[in-house]
Amino acid sequence: MTLSELEPGEFGIVKEFTDLEMSVKLMEMGCLPGEPVTVSRRAPLGDPIAIQVSGYQLSLRKFEASTIILQ
Amino acid sequence: MKADIRVALVGNPNTGKSTLFNTLTGLNQKIGNFPGVTVDKKTGYSQLPDGRTAEIIDLPGTYSLYPKSKDESIVFSVLADKSNPHRPDLVVVIIDATNLKRNLLLYTQVADLKIPVIVALNMMDMSKKAGITIDIDLFAKKLGVPVVPISARKVEGIDKLKSVISFANKIALQEPSIDVNAIAPQLINQISEELKLDNPYYALQLAHQHETIKFISPAESDRIEELEKEFSFHSQKAQATETIARYNFINDLLYDTVKVPETAKDETLSNKIDKVLTHKVFGFIIFLAVLLFMFQSIFSWSAYPMELIADLFVWVQNSLHHILPAGPLTGLLVDGVIGGLSGVMVFIPQIAILFAFISILEDTGYMSRVTFMMDKLMRKVGLNGKSVVPLIGGFACAVPSIMSTRTIENWKSRMITIMVTPLVTCSARLPIYVLLIGLVVPNRNVWWLFNLQGLALTGMYIFSLISAIIVAFVFKLILKSRERGYFIMELPVYRMPRWNNVAYSMYDRAKTFVFQAGKVIIAVSVILWVLASYGPGDRFAKIEQKYKQPQYSKQLSPDELSKAIGSEKLENSYAGVLGHVIEPVIKPLGFDWKIGIALITSFAAREVFVGTMATIYSVDGNAEKIESVQKKMGSAKNPETGQPVFSLAVAFSLMIFYAFAMQCASTVAVVYRETKNWRWPAVQFAYMTVLAYAASFVAYHLLK
Repeated sequence: MTLSELEPGEFGIVKEFTDLEMSVKLMEMGCLPGEPVTVSRRAPLGDPIAIQVSGYQLSLRKFEASTIILQ
Repeated sequence: MKADIRVALVGNPNTGKSTLFNTLTGLNQKIGNFPGVTVDKKTGYSQLPDGRTAEIIDLPGTYSLYPKSKDESIVFSVLADKSNPHRPDLVVVIIDATNLKRNLLLYTQVADLKIPVIVALNMMDMSKKAGITIDIDLFAKKLGVPVVPISARKVEGIDKLKSVISFANKIALQEPSIDVNAIAPQLINQISEELKLDNPYYALQLAHQHETIKFISPAESDRIEELEKEFSFHSQKAQATETIARYNFINDLLYDTVKVPETAKDETLSNKIDKVLTHKVFGFIIFLAVLLFMFQSIFSWSAYPMELIADLFVWVQNSLHHILPAGPLTGLLVDGVIGGLSGVMVFIPQIAILFAFISILEDTGYMSRVTFMMDKLMRKVGLNGKSVVPLIGGFACAVPSIMSTRTIENWKSRMITIMVTPLVTCSARLPIYVLLIGLVVPNRNVWWLFNLQGLALTGMYIFSLISAIIVAFVFKLILKSRERGYFIMELPVYRMPRWNNVAYSMYDRAKTFVFQAGKVIIAVSVILWVLASYGPGDRFAKIEQKYKQPQYSKQLSPDELSKAIGSEKLENSYAGVLGHVIEPVIKPLGFDWKIGIALITSFAAREVFVGTMATIYSVDGNAEKIESVQKKMGSAKNPETGQPVFSLAVAFSLMIFYAFAMQCASTVAVVYRETKNWRWPAVQFAYMTVLAYAASFVAYHLLK
């Protein structure tokens, strides 16, 4: 399953990425394979979402979250 | 000022880098350009405890040396370009002590370039509060560089940092982080050998960035490209490998030096605030309230200081007219140059207030939440969550709003925002609308409570927002994206604003505006002054003579006489002649040559319209009073038809023209300043003028 399928409050562990270009950016931001991620909330209009990763909060669009595959 | 040592500040965004920069340099800073690129270069000077002077360069915040935006690409160039005489001797990497892991990635990259490095561990107070314990001595030993704990907000540890800078080594002593050679061994070796490089990480960075960096020759760049093909080097795969290796190194490093408790306290507080501020209903209500407050303040707080500045300049102009002998030079200086200067200065209160708000919104972390909430809506028309603030600020004034678009990282969204912001009804259009609506719209209520004039005015405001959104959508289709649109963005923890930074940002922006946009504005107003005060041939002399004849000088009071002369001179000035010349062009819009003069003179600033109208219709009494201008204009008759000049159709056609046309030299200047390319203001001017003409034409013919 992908990160975009998680509901707010749910938690998962990053396994791999489907988009190389996006993965480079995400990994630099601390979102690496093996790293636990929690969805904190959705924006009022449903997109983007906010996640808790590597000790801070990151926001990303749903499409971007769908490139992150969880274990 | 001459510097003994050059120091670059490098760090992630939101690490307090600019606070540290302000603390180190004080007001001793300036903004320049990096050669060849449109990125602002912030430098300042700091006195070291040993008496030497350090030049501090504030580099744009970035998460890694691999750039994601134009601003970020400058970081590697500044650090790596060995031929640049301004290359820093020392790099201070600022690390957020509450988020060591992600911050250390950039440190390891900079350290591997083998430039002498100092680590400033910022936000130590927050980190302690969050229960994070750091063994700083062990940490420094493992890295092999000095580590200085500081709190830039509370001005703690700054003296220590300065003394460490003054004792800094000329040689890089840091421990290597990862085995760079393992990423692309043959390629790195070959590049190092052919370009005679002694640093493998530098060679690897050249392999990644050779297409965009300016300091290597095209031949070298081509050769690197060849080598990459030969060794089948894949840039993104190599970056991924490198990032994973670096995080492995960082995890090892942090394992026995840093202890982080399970959940940090601040996060939960931040979460609680977020639940309210990004709530489905309250989120938007609060945002709307914040905007209303901001908009109101820009209007009301700036009114008094703006009036004061305007009065001061009028006083200076009047006194100079008394002191200096009358003549063309005095006129040029007093009415042209000082008049232009006054046009620049009156914007300062609005700019300062808007930037105070923006800096508070950014500092507290609220701005990124606004972006988070609005992104989906704004994305549909090619804008970005961050475009909301400039667009709303445009209701007050487009000039500071366009300056504020710098917070938009995405190039395309930023350009679209700049292109459409001047369409939003700014405060300079208000007097024109008030004048014209008062002239043609009856002052009575409909449906009990709505005043017809008020409805017309509100209509003009809504009309401007809708047109901005439509034009944004058109630009979305036309402009090509330079970069893939990312929205991967940090949501920083909520913090109290730093009042120091707020003050610096107000000062900084006002100064930039006066010095950069000010030049263009003064130049334009001097040109317009010349156009309005001189006429071809001996026309002016003839007017003077004509009014010296007894039938004028006896019948008219001196005041009336000078008004009559002024009005006739304006008609015969170059601006007046131009008004006649363009009359055939603007006739389809319902405008005569008198309106033509106003259109020309109000290119400098829209509000000049009312003043020009007052001069043309040589209003009795106080020219400042809108009622008297209105009366004269209302009684003006078309000599051919005998109908009033300002019919409903003409008035609305004119208002719509002012709604669309780019009649503001300050905006043109600031768009040039922000885009650093004349093409953008030219495109903007062209599309707005065409739109204004077409829309006015349609409005005139529909209402006629």
